[in-house]
Amino acid sequence: MSWPFIVFVIVYWVGAVGLIVWSIFKPFFSVFVLPFVLGVVLLLFFSIVKYWRWIHSFDKLQRAIIRKNIWTWRFLPAIWEAFREGLLHWRITKKNVLLGYMHRSLAFGWFLLIVVGAVQSRLAIPGGHPMWVAIFFNFFETFVDISSFKHAEFFANLMDALLIYVLSGLFLAMFKKVWSRPMGMKRTTKHTLMDRVAKLALWCIFPLRLLSEGVTSSLYGNGGFMIRPLGNLIDTIGLSDPAFEYTCWTLYSVALGTFFSLMPFSRYMHIFTEVFLIYFRQLGVRDSDKKTGYTMFELSACSRCGICIDGCPMNRQLGVVNMQGVYMLQSIRNLELQKNAEPIAENCLMCDRCVADCPVGLDLSVVRRQVRIKNKAAIDTKGAYSYLKNVQPFNAIGRVAYFGGCMSHLTPGITSSMEAIFNAVGQKYWYMDRDETICCGRPLLQQGFEQQAFELRRKNTEMIVNSKATLLITSCPICYQSFKKEYKLSIPVMHHTEYINMLIETGKLKLRKDGHKVAYHDPCELGRGCGIYDEPRNILRAATTLLKTKEEREHSLCCGFNLGNPLLDISQQTAIRDAARDNLLEAGPDTIATACPMCKKAFQRADNVAVKDIAEIVAANIKN
Amino acid sequence: MTISIIGAGPSGIEAASVLAKQGMAVTLFEKDPSPLKNIADKAFLFPNFAAASEIVEQLNKKLMTPNITQRLDCGITGMEREEHGWKLTDSKGETHYSDIVVMATGYTPFDARRKEELGYGIYGGVVTSLEMEKMIRYDKIVNSMGETPKRVVFLQCVGSRDEKTGNHYCSKVCCVTAVKQAIELKKRMPDTEVYVFYMDLRMWGQHFEELYRESQQDYGVRYVRGRISEASGTFDGRVQVKAEDTLMGLPLKMTTDLLVLMVGMEASEGTRCLAKEAGICGEYGFAQSVDPHLGDCLTAENGLFVCGACKRPMSINDAVNDGRSAALAVLDSIN
Repeated sequence: MSWPFIVFVIVYWVGAVGLIVWSIFKPFFSVFVLPFVLGVVLLLFFSIVKYWRWIHSFDKLQRAIIRKNIWTWRFLPAIWEAFREGLLHWRITKKNVLLGYMHRSLAFGWFLLIVVGAVQSRLAIPGGHPMWVAIFFNFFETFVDISSFKHAEFFANLMDALLIYVLSGLFLAMFKKVWSRPMGMKRTTKHTLMDRVAKLALWCIFPLRLLSEGVTSSLYGNGGFMIRPLGNLIDTIGLSDPAFEYTCWTLYSVALGTFFSLMPFSRYMHIFTEVFLIYFRQLGVRDSDKKTGYTMFELSACSRCGICIDGCPMNRQLGVVNMQGVYMLQSIRNLELQKNAEPIAENCLMCDRCVADCPVGLDLSVVRRQVRIKNKAAIDTKGAYSYLKNVQPFNAIGRVAYFGGCMSHLTPGITSSMEAIFNAVGQKYWYMDRDETICCGRPLLQQGFEQQAFELRRKNTEMIVNSKATLLITSCPICYQSFKKEYKLSIPVMHHTEYINMLIETGKLKLRKDGHKVAYHDPCELGRGCGIYDEPRNILRAATTLLKTKEEREHSLCCGFNLGNPLLDISQQTAIRDAARDNLLEAGPDTIATACPMCKKAFQRADNVAVKDIAEIVAANIKN
Repeated sequence: MTISIIGAGPSGIEAASVLAKQGMAVTLFEKDPSPLKNIADKAFLFPNFAAASEIVEQLNKKLMTPNITQRLDCGITGMEREEHGWKLTDSKGETHYSDIVVMATGYTPFDARRKEELGYGIYGGVVTSLEMEKMIRYDKIVNSMGETPKRVVFLQCVGSRDEKTGNHYCSKVCCVTAVKQAIELKKRMPDTEVYVFYMDLRMWGQHFEELYRESQQDYGVRYVRGRISEASGTFDGRVQVKAEDTLMGLPLKMTTDLLVLMVGMEASEGTRCLAKEAGICGEYGFAQSVDPHLGDCLTAENGLFVCGACKRPMSINDAVNDGRSAALAVLDSIN
């Protein structure tokens, strides 16, 4: 598009809208409202177009879920969550009170300004009037006689108080730009030009409103407890001039118009999009392996706050700050940056730390995997899976199926301990991957090899279904997450920590307490991935003395040696591992306990650390 | 002039004996109750199958001189630079002052438990090369069931040339040790199949290559190029290994009575600790000499010399020679 064309379009729109608006609302019209009105029109137009297109590109499953749940009460929790997160910013407040206050005062404060302003104008000026009267109320209230409005004083004061509330948030936002640490953020996002312009417009809105109302007050004496003294002050310094008043209101309107028209194309699109996302999520919609309309909602619901940057081990230990969730989403969304999407998507441990931290609750790893899958779809390695045909079925009626997993084959201490535990409680079991090891498929899927992972899942499912086993137990959290979420098995799936915990709770397995002091490392795939935090700790409390560590549960640190990131070399993995190790050793344990063969191997490679899987600790303390 | 030598291995003993012969008074510190712990249980030494007991005896004989004061069971744990010479602290907390210190603190074998996938410490049939040497020495070569093994598999480079354990270096002696042990096994049990899994065989020393050829031609030892990725126990107490034959390009599985892990050399605890205290840390915790060509026994510190396997993996004969070089370097510095 050429510049003259754009100018022509703008002039055309301004002219057309202006003409219509002026002809309808003559009594409450002033030319300066036009930028604001135009902004609102553009905002509505582009938002509706975008949302319409996205909703129409949901995939089959997502549509089915929406159709099934749309006429249920699920919209109630959605409204509550939208209020709690969109306006009160509860999750951000939990991270940092000051940061929460900043977001709340801008979002909730502005929301109240609009709502209270609308009520105020409706009560003050009975009869129809255009919507901008509420926005520019202090200007337009001087047009009419409002002496019959009983609560004028109350509303004026309330509006002043709300403006102060919003301005305090704005002040904090400016403060954060200079020094973000007190707000709980070491690093903040590097924004694109569009985002910076939109932010500038946003920052101008409220000071300009303050100034405009002040100047109006200097001429007419209206306003509340703050605006009136400000008006007096402006009068004293001799700026109470109708031309100056008009200029100020025009600038205020331009700031609003600019912000609104940039909103659909900047980070501020998240304001409305988050509400939609919350609604769809509450209906039960989840993202799939391919980019869908729901993905588009996720991309735009990202407020680009950058909270994902600080916790990320790639930043903390390696100083890499271009691949975190915020930049990953940006690279997919932004046409000019799309060439970076692939390398950014690859360079990630998939430890889900950012997913735990994200205040919008975006499923960043799924979106990242979509990019990985997109790049790998063409590779065909089907021939390499011919060995699957040779794996023999097994009749496991009356037994539980035990799946060690590829990584557990490299840590035979874990699998032999599990066999000892099965024997101790007299549980018959089928060690399904003892000889012919078929991978669960998740490592391939995480790397984007979707079809290949499907082949393996198909074969494993067939094996499990035909065996007629009634319970599947696995020692590897990666396999566990895969069996739990990616397979559609009809039998329950347990990680061995869940199983052992069940044995202890039902009294089938009795443990003696040894003298060890143990710090527990939460594996990413087990903790953040599947929410298993308590079972491992219950077991460890039964067999040892469990210590508390600084960063644990959903904040636990990645061991660095997981299969998520194919680009890291050993020294980088080691740096990430050492940080996780140091966090555990700070508590002063004699043994590090974990529940993942991958994590175990990672710590095993470090010097002078005793590391054991929970299964090994249990097997050594059986009292049966 | 006081001279202290830390470590009574082949290198430290040789250095002490050369200095004693030149009339110097030497104190020899050793953390263990007796000298030459690393050789004590060895059977035969490559390349000429010399009996280790004989070498131990002769080295011990060299200590029988009034010029050498042995302080056994007395490991040096601290080392501090003084105005002239060094202040040494031993494990009992006593301090010793010395003008000249020779570090001969040596190596420690790689702990095979760190390669858990190979099943050492979990399956009875998995042993280290040191344990195999002991079996040969005391003539008790048996599998985990106490029977004569029908098949033995050696695996090279356990804890050496291995990025995952952080040891990128070659431990130098394992290749030929496996060849030697394979021949020893075949001499005693001709019907036992012996396999050696390797990445590449480094037959660097005199007569090594010939030994390697003999092992194949005369004894029928079989060599497979490829690393073993994992070992697992079988119901009858044997070990199943999974590997890839990289010359054939095929994965293979093999069941064996014994899996012998050729463990590499790492800097010993004493080497790590003293190199750090004296500020002469090299790679992988080993001590650093000033120059590999012309100053291999000298260090950046005055009055501190290094010899033997505290610098890098070294065979016994090289360590003895290096001890002698260190003694000459000490004499040079005194004159």
